[in-house]
Amino acid sequence: MPEMSPPAARARPGTMRLVDALQYRLPLAGVVSILHRVSGALMFALLPFVIWLFDVSVSSEVSYERFRAAFGAGIGFVPAWGVKLVVLALVWAYLHHAIAGLRHLWMDATHSVSREQGRSSAIVTLALSIFLTLGLGAKLFGLY
Amino acid sequence: MAVNYGSRRVVVGAHYGMRDWLSQRVTAALMAIFTLVLLVQLLMPGPLGYDKWAGIFAAQWMKVLTFAVFVALGWHAWVGVRDIWMDYVKPVGLRLVLQVATIVWLVGCMGWAVQVLWRL
Repeated sequence: MPEMSPPAARARPGTMRLVDALQYRLPLAGVVSILHRVSGALMFALLPFVIWLFDVSVSSEVSYERFRAAFGAGIGFVPAWGVKLVVLALVWAYLHHAIAGLRHLWMDATHSVSREQGRSSAIVTLALSIFLTLGLGAKLFGLY
Repeated sequence: MAVNYGSRRVVVGAHYGMRDWLSQRVTAALMAIFTLVLLVQLLMPGPLGYDKWAGIFAAQWMKVLTFAVFVALGWHAWVGVRDIWMDYVKPVGLRLVLQVATIVWLVGCMGWAVQVLWRL
């Protein structure tokens, strides 16, 4: 602490709650960071779905047709667009998590930890993951 | 809650030092390499259908690599999800329950994935 605050200024408002935390304007590096966590949690939660996709897609030609049907007719009561939306969320989560992770490796390897580098690499991470998600999403929804 | 044991560390339940930091990066690098290997094979000429997809995972070296990636993924997810519980869940009992549930979830998923992989 470079300077001492008067006692009144040091009085704390108590435990910070989520509503208080949401008052902060996060820097872009902070946005990348929390999305890194959100995307990881999402993939963790949907892991059985991913393994199910792997299972039906790879096990046999019969099951492969079930894999295709998931995107054509849906799964049970979930319509095809619902399946595609979940897969799109997973695509985004994977891309964001991977690129944000590579950003960490780059920062570790080159000691690129200045505020400016943090901001510019955060922009690259967000732009690249959103761009690739839109591109793959357009393919997923049959736009090209 | 945080008790000082000795002069160097405050015990909060995490591992200390290099190990988790390094394992998180090594497992991530392995998964990144796997992604590239899979992409290259997917982009090889030829129609993209069941034969190509299943053929990729039929090769023994690919099975070995994929198995290693499953283990890496489970380890990576364990470190990451445990960090989430440690940050947001303060009651020790509840945190322990969630951590055990995480391990059960990950080990169960991994068993299923390995079964799918190695019966090809």
